[in-house]
Amino acid sequence: MTGVLHHPGYADEKLQRVEQLIPCRELQAGMLVSLMGQPQHYSYPSIFIYGHRASGKSHVLHILMKELELPHAAVSCVECVSAALLYERVLTSFFGRSAASFLPRSPSLSEFVRLYRHQRSQSPAEQTRYIVMEKAELLRDADANLLPALLRLQELVDDNITVILLSEIVWEKFRPNTGCFEPLLLHFPDYSKGELQQILSTDSHPSYSAELYSSYINILLGVFYSVCRDLRELRHLAALNFNKFCEPLTEGKVKETETHKLWRNIEPHLKKAMQTVYIREVSSLQWEQMQQTEDEGGALRGLSAHTHVELPYYSKFLLIAAYLASYNPARTDKRFFVKHHGKIRKTNFLKKNEKTSNHLLGPKPFALDRLLAIFYSVVDSRVAPTASIFSQISSLVTLQLLTQISHTDQLDAPKYKCSISLDFISAVSRTVNFDIVKYLYDFL
Amino acid sequence: MSTSSVSKGCFVFKPSSKKRKTRSLGETCVNGRESSERRFKLCEDLWNKIKAETEVLQEELNKKILDSLLDFAKKCSTTRQHCDWASKMRANEIPTAALVLGVNVPDHDMTFQSLFDLLKHSVTPHVVSVQAKECGVLKHLLKRVLEGLMDVAVDDDDEEEMEQNPRSVHCSLSTLSDWYTAKTKKSSSATPGKKRNVQDEDEHHHHHQTPPVVIIFKDLEGFNPRVLQDFISICSRYIDRLPLMFIFGIATSPSTVQHMLPHSVSSLLCIELFQSLSCTQHLATVIDKLILTAQFPFKLNGKVMQVLISIFLYHDFSVRNFIKGLQLALLEHFHSQPLSILCCKKKEALLNVTLLSGRDLETVRQLPSFIRFVEKQEAGEQVKLMTDDDHLKEACQKLIKDLRKYHKSYYPVLRCLHTLTSLLPRYPLGKQIRELHLICLEKNVWENEDYQSAMNIVNQFKSTVVEHRVENHCSKGGVCVFFPAAVPETVQEEPESVTSPIRNLQQQKKTDLFQLQKTLLEMNESRRSKKKSPFELLRNEVVEFIDGLVTCHLPPPESQTLYEVCYYSSSATVRRHLNATPRTSIQTALSSPCFYLQSLKNEDGTVSNSAPDICIAYKLHLECGRLINLYDWLEAYATVVSAAEGQDPDCDTFGKVDDVKHARFIRSVSELEFLGFIKSTRQKTDHVARLTWGGC
Repeated sequence: MTGVLHHPGYADEKLQRVEQLIPCRELQAGMLVSLMGQPQHYSYPSIFIYGHRASGKSHVLHILMKELELPHAAVSCVECVSAALLYERVLTSFFGRSAASFLPRSPSLSEFVRLYRHQRSQSPAEQTRYIVMEKAELLRDADANLLPALLRLQELVDDNITVILLSEIVWEKFRPNTGCFEPLLLHFPDYSKGELQQILSTDSHPSYSAELYSSYINILLGVFYSVCRDLRELRHLAALNFNKFCEPLTEGKVKETETHKLWRNIEPHLKKAMQTVYIREVSSLQWEQMQQTEDEGGALRGLSAHTHVELPYYSKFLLIAAYLASYNPARTDKRFFVKHHGKIRKTNFLKKNEKTSNHLLGPKPFALDRLLAIFYSVVDSRVAPTASIFSQISSLVTLQLLTQISHTDQLDAPKYKCSISLDFISAVSRTVNFDIVKYLYDFL
Repeated sequence: MSTSSVSKGCFVFKPSSKKRKTRSLGETCVNGRESSERRFKLCEDLWNKIKAETEVLQEELNKKILDSLLDFAKKCSTTRQHCDWASKMRANEIPTAALVLGVNVPDHDMTFQSLFDLLKHSVTPHVVSVQAKECGVLKHLLKRVLEGLMDVAVDDDDEEEMEQNPRSVHCSLSTLSDWYTAKTKKSSSATPGKKRNVQDEDEHHHHHQTPPVVIIFKDLEGFNPRVLQDFISICSRYIDRLPLMFIFGIATSPSTVQHMLPHSVSSLLCIELFQSLSCTQHLATVIDKLILTAQFPFKLNGKVMQVLISIFLYHDFSVRNFIKGLQLALLEHFHSQPLSILCCKKKEALLNVTLLSGRDLETVRQLPSFIRFVEKQEAGEQVKLMTDDDHLKEACQKLIKDLRKYHKSYYPVLRCLHTLTSLLPRYPLGKQIRELHLICLEKNVWENEDYQSAMNIVNQFKSTVVEHRVENHCSKGGVCVFFPAAVPETVQEEPESVTSPIRNLQQQKKTDLFQLQKTLLEMNESRRSKKKSPFELLRNEVVEFIDGLVTCHLPPPESQTLYEVCYYSSSATVRRHLNATPRTSIQTALSSPCFYLQSLKNEDGTVSNSAPDICIAYKLHLECGRLINLYDWLEAYATVVSAAEGQDPDCDTFGKVDDVKHARFIRSVSELEFLGFIKSTRQKTDHVARLTWGGC
């Protein structure tokens, strides 16, 4: 038994090479090869492959197409901002650049089909042509007729062509209302821990032995497998921390075989990496520098540590006013901002839906008038209603601290929402000596 | 005035030859027109000097962060070419610089422009910067990037007119990647055409083979997160062929990146953070270099300064606007003050005094500060000053010299006092030097309570504290001068003029401080039992000396004769121009239209009846309560208009509503509604609700 992959249509040595290049995906590849059948035979019109991120979908397809030298067009749907780009890609890769130049501006699907048929009549398919579409979930946002047409493109253009869709989402979420041709479904399951180990071990460092790297991967997986099973992330982490792992080796303190000592050395670093690098608090470059400087103070702060925003004085109060307007019910304004409001007890003040915390419900929209009214009552000095006060509101919107709810065309009584957290606003109000908690209905 | 020099430093701008010509012509009497031309010239020269200074300043301030960014870009392009294992494993990340610039977005333009130029000049020819408002959808973003880099029209299915353009290309990143490959291949195969330095050639050699492609996102917050995510994921597909690099301009805080990009996208980036100088520090430097210096003869008085600073702190945090405000004040000063002709360098000013016309001299005589000055003179001198033009000119020359002398000593003493008081707990005279400056501009600083309390605190300084402070200052080696060090010498030497001792101080500081410290220590230890230790004596002496300095040199400018020449004082004008109040303007226009329409002004100052309809309607609505009956309003309106048209009050048709009046009324009411003064109400059908109360 030479391998799992075996098919009369393709040479055995080619298939073996494929098998080496796609560890742990032999089964799926075998399935695909048998679905594809012999090159000159017609294949199934459309195949839909789904599986999580980094489960080898694109890789397997890429290797198959390349090694078996099949005529194919690989397209990523993110890149095809318009259908025209998609058509152009397909025509270019099957019939050369000149074919694509016949496409009119903003071509329709039927124009594409017509042009394809025309080209096909000149150079008919000798073997099955493949269109591989990555991130196919974006096709759902494209024209309604694009996805159904692609699924039965074989029929439309009357050519030996197969469309392979790759997606992270299951087929059920694709099915259009009007119904369509059902593609063959193929699932790529997640890699198991053993498989991850096998794959990660393949890219070993040239100056160290493969066994060492493999044991390193073993340690790495022991730390990270519980939180992350994404092959790409793991590979990234492995690359980042390998130097640290090898440090005792290069210093000559430990021999390659003493894995336990190596483990003791690396484990705290991996733990630290889990808190910072994995969530991209710290970029890989900074992480490397940090390792070189040997944790002095360890004061490298991640991105989220910098939340402080310096704002002009009135902007701060505008933001405070916006926060109050967003999280207090409008009826309570009187209680907070009118001097002799009398005693309004919270209990008989409550409406049914207000019993839940406003902070759990999220910010509510408010009108500009209310914002300004609250602003004038919270700001301690008399402020003239100058143009710059209004321009500060719009600059708060551009800074995404406020969000404009109503359409920007609507000049009359625009509505806003405050999109900042309680922590942020408390930090801001502390700088202007304003006790925000006293003014929030939730904390009454 | 700008320089072509790349290095920083002071540049001398010689006055253009034209000025000398006018000077030689100057024997003749200068009439008003000539004087205003001359003032304009002075103003222009001065502004150019200030502008050049600010540009140098900006460059210096930005230098650090721009340099580190450039290093980052260079490093990125070099590591990409390394073939070691680690960088190969990391190769699919896009290097990204997150540049935090502060909340004032318009101010960033200059920084980005210089960054753009620098990158183009020293790292890579392929730089493009994009703005959020141009890139609402992914296609537009791609188009901007492609157009910026490839310098060709990019095919964009929407626009019809480009159909004829044969050079247009498809809007996708693969086009860019092809173009880049072609470009780099061409440049590496062709022999370098331009002969550069050999050294330079070597240094840049590998950059030039595959220079990175830098994309600057000027305002990250403004971008649609969806667009950005898609763009980044597309870019990461081409990273092996196209050495991309991003620069994110961030206005708020770096955590915005995490808010905008999900993990799947941010894992494609290798983000490094660059934090720029905070804008308050920026302002402090600008004030230090432009305002607190005797270099420029033009000054702002306390109120104008206060307006500019409060606009900055309360409203916009924009240094650019601050400088614009300074420019406005400068223009206004030279425009409105005829004596501003003397607001220039000493030599020129003295010369200009001799050219003053009779009318100008009359203005001088009427200046409040000059009147005060005259009143202090003897009777004979007073008469002479008020009648003899030549004598007045001589006196003016002396006064101008005095004013210059005042400025020359004012700023150093101000800095000294600030150095001393900024060490005190709770900053009685302000943390920033500009606060102290404002206090000094306002009135006699030594009469200020805070000043006295500050001096008291200084008087209670323990010797150790002083030593500590002295030490601190020594180690910093800054410009700041701590007085005790050199006071004994200066007191003996020359207590009168301070400017020279201060200069001495700065030179002698280093050595003297240490010696003094030693002697202080010795004295302290040996004679601790004494009631007044030599340290205390010395300290009291020092405080007295500083007090003397302050009273001698820090009186407010208003006390100086002829201060009007240099100080611009109309804070209301500045405020009106820089901090507009639309609602007040509308109310002014409606209640007194003659403020804007000069033709409506009557001799007696009242509003004529022929005011625009909307003003009449507005006036009438002011007399009403919360709800206004439209019909009553119309009647009143018709009466007023009839009177305005000069109809006979006894006539039958007087005050009757005809079609034209009706239409005019309706129009003015709807205009008022549009301006937001009234709105229709459901409470009563024929009523409108009034929305504004009080005001002017």
